[in-house]
Amino acid sequence: MSVAITPELVAQHQLSTDEYRKIVSILGREPSYTELGIFSVMWSEHCSYKSSRLHLKKLPTSGKLVVQGPGENAGIIDIGGGYVIAFKIESHNHPSFIEPFQGAATGVGGILRDIFTMGARPIAVMDSLRFGRLDDPGTGARNRRILSGVVAGIAHYGNCFGVPTVGGECIFEPCYDGNPLINVFALGVCRKEDVFYARAAGAGNPVIYVGARTGRDGIHGASMASAEFTEESKQKRPNVQVGDPFMEKLLLEACLEAMQTGAIVGIQDMGAAGLTCSTCEMGSRGGVGIEIELDRVPQRETGMTPYEIMLSESQERMLLVADKGREEEVYRVFRKWGLEAVEIGVVTSDGKMRVKEHGVTVAEIPARELADEAPLYDRPHTKPLRGADHRLLWSANPTVTVQDALPALLSSPDTCSKRWIWEQYDYQVRTNTIAGPERTDAAILRIKETGASVAMSLDGNGRYCYLSPREGAQLAVAECCRNLSTVGAEPVAATNCLNFGNPERPEIMAQLVEAIEGMADACRFFDTPITGGNVSLYNETLGEGIYPTPVMGIVGLLKTAAPVTIPFKNAGRAVMLLGGIGGCDETRFGGTGYAKEILKQLWGLPPALDLDREKRVQAAIREIVAAGLAESAHDLSDGGLAVALAECSFGPAGVGAAIDIASDLRPEVLAFHEGPSRILISTAHAGKVAAIAERHGIEAPVVGVTIEKGMEIRQRAITLGSWEIAALKAAYSGALESYVR
Amino acid sequence: MKFGVIVFPGSNCDHDAFYAVGTNLGQPVEYIWHDSSTLGAVDAVILPGGFAYGDYLRCGAIAKFSPVMKAVRRFAADGGLVLGVCNGFQILVEAGLLPGALIRNRGLKFICREVRLRVETTDSPFTSAGRKGQILRLPIAHGEGCYFADERTLDELEAEDRIVFRYDGNPNGSLRDIAGILSRERNVMGMMPHPERATEPLMGSSDGLTVFQSMLGAGVRV
Repeated sequence: MSVAITPELVAQHQLSTDEYRKIVSILGREPSYTELGIFSVMWSEHCSYKSSRLHLKKLPTSGKLVVQGPGENAGIIDIGGGYVIAFKIESHNHPSFIEPFQGAATGVGGILRDIFTMGARPIAVMDSLRFGRLDDPGTGARNRRILSGVVAGIAHYGNCFGVPTVGGECIFEPCYDGNPLINVFALGVCRKEDVFYARAAGAGNPVIYVGARTGRDGIHGASMASAEFTEESKQKRPNVQVGDPFMEKLLLEACLEAMQTGAIVGIQDMGAAGLTCSTCEMGSRGGVGIEIELDRVPQRETGMTPYEIMLSESQERMLLVADKGREEEVYRVFRKWGLEAVEIGVVTSDGKMRVKEHGVTVAEIPARELADEAPLYDRPHTKPLRGADHRLLWSANPTVTVQDALPALLSSPDTCSKRWIWEQYDYQVRTNTIAGPERTDAAILRIKETGASVAMSLDGNGRYCYLSPREGAQLAVAECCRNLSTVGAEPVAATNCLNFGNPERPEIMAQLVEAIEGMADACRFFDTPITGGNVSLYNETLGEGIYPTPVMGIVGLLKTAAPVTIPFKNAGRAVMLLGGIGGCDETRFGGTGYAKEILKQLWGLPPALDLDREKRVQAAIREIVAAGLAESAHDLSDGGLAVALAECSFGPAGVGAAIDIASDLRPEVLAFHEGPSRILISTAHAGKVAAIAERHGIEAPVVGVTIEKGMEIRQRAITLGSWEIAALKAAYSGALESYVR
Repeated sequence: MKFGVIVFPGSNCDHDAFYAVGTNLGQPVEYIWHDSSTLGAVDAVILPGGFAYGDYLRCGAIAKFSPVMKAVRRFAADGGLVLGVCNGFQILVEAGLLPGALIRNRGLKFICREVRLRVETTDSPFTSAGRKGQILRLPIAHGEGCYFADERTLDELEAEDRIVFRYDGNPNGSLRDIAGILSRERNVMGMMPHPERATEPLMGSSDGLTVFQSMLGAGVRV
């Protein structure tokens, strides 16, 4: 079967004329139809990072604990005691919009394979989610359906696979109406000497296909993820893959067991661009070639063409290279787990990815050029898109009192408890979860093998980044690190998921560039190198782009101990505000939850971040927690001081607080400003805490005291608000469920 | 006392049960593979939680046909202690070792949370270390944990004092708040909550130890 390569066909594959010329020059001839398909997925934005690569180089990627930085399936960090952790975050935005349940489920499946491909057993998952407004009269019903489907999909896959989903975040904005964001983070653990890499080696070694059979699902998924959505996108539903978490669980156990035989040379999962990506990348990394025979590829449908087999994104498949002569050791393990393992090819020394069907070569492409020589674009970038005014717009609005604003904010979709979501996830399986969702600022998992613990946090704020991509990205890094520090963990390494619109628009490209640069500066400052991640561009539907939404995932290390949780435990304790009131500038109030929910506006700049002060606050809280001086600890973030105080009052003990602040700020600004670098703690050792704070050069005023019942905020003895905790808690706890219904 | 933890393809609480018994209870424990036709020299068997064989048809519906279940049946008939947790409970019910059925939660959603569980009888090898009426804090994590049986069976369970645990605050719609039941001979117990997830303070509760310590107290078979 021969298909003529016309300019139209090239365009349909989303390859530019220049890109096509480059293909012809690499091959020294016109590509076949199959080869065109192979190039189109490998050179898609999703697989090649062609718009972002130039700028990603600005990120810090090395550090003393980094065992493996970007370029492999996941980053790896040394946690001591002979063990390492592998972790990464990935997006599955486009498929989840088209088919929420399977899109999200396979997003979880994909990132889990990235982790166990490295030899690490996944021990935790977290999700960063963005949806359109649930109460929007026009799109609300669809957004609710997407939310329900995504959560059910994540639950289905993670729960069955047996990995706890221990936390995350979930935000609602109109800009995510046609473009939800589903970013999944996973983390695994393994012995340092057991790390596996996705490199082929040893000419003559067999190339073995394991796992599920190949079907027609997911063909061109990578290309779909590299284009804007249009009305026709709904017809792309067949491009979304279907997940089978049971198969993945078997694959996990079989792969980890097979790795122990010592007969495996290299291994890579088949994710985006399936068989194509795994063969050429393993060949390229190892500096060798790979030849495969498609007749031997297990297929679940008949009559599949080479094009379809090579581009299929069927899930739960792995490709591995074994030592010649030791294949049987590998097969034995896969047979035990009831999985198919078939030799489909051989490692060669000529550096070519050669694909045969019935013995006839249907594609022959230099692996390195295909995998690593994708076009690289320095796309024009101007000033970031920003519609928001710098002026203060809110003074014209009727004031809502602090008394009334707090319950309204607590029951808003962004701020309210996400229990409805996380109760659908098994957050405990594997019994390592020391602190799961909403108990602490960061999730904590113990590593049974070493007696140490890891903490992890995901953060991103699209509104901040819309106002200033550079500052917003820095704030996300700072918030992540603060969350970790608040539980006593030392931040050590990061992964990032960069969700942006169409990079061919200079103002969008500018958002991406500035966010990366801001992130790079902050990660360098906090010494949290980026060990891998994911870029998701073209998050636009019908020309409407999302807020620039870089999401950070940062991990920290700590000694295993009972965690310092958010709620107040005892009445009569001093309530201290580590970091003090700080700079709560009114021009930097327009990106807050209060501005969004109460004033319905967005203006100015995000809260100001003083990196140096942030670092000192974090060092202080780590020391306070390590010394066992804090009974509770919670950082100020969405909703500022008032919301943090309320969340601290929602514990089982029912203990609240009365605080009085000597400040001349407007009451709303005092109560709801989201200025960073502030942590609220309760303690029986105010003097010792103050001494530590002083040593770190930060303020730590005692702002009040914990009380048996109720919660009260005063400003210079004037009451701004006084609440029954039960009423606030009801607003906070039940809100999401009422929106979903 | 030697424990065996059965591993079906898709079991995912097998490591947790192994850890709870081996490390937190300090007892010898081994895994038993699903296609094995004997249990070996064990004194008690745990069917752990998970999604045996994917549970795509109906929870436990495929697992009941696995070779190891023949051995479990024999072991139970000989008076051996069999504990089924979550998916293990579902399998015991499908296999007919326990009456009734476990259907989808009333809210139709998977629920993971800590529940309060009341010990309804201490006349069992799984609760003898507890007190009648004692409240245990244990986590649940299931989508299909709503206990269902016909009225006659429910009456019989009550009359024979075979309801071991009831929910204090029913999370899933289980009839008569049932969370765990015994076989007629009282040596087989199924329960939806996870005692193995509550066996040390770091897990948030140690109340699950009551179940395992009772089993220890029930002693070695002769």
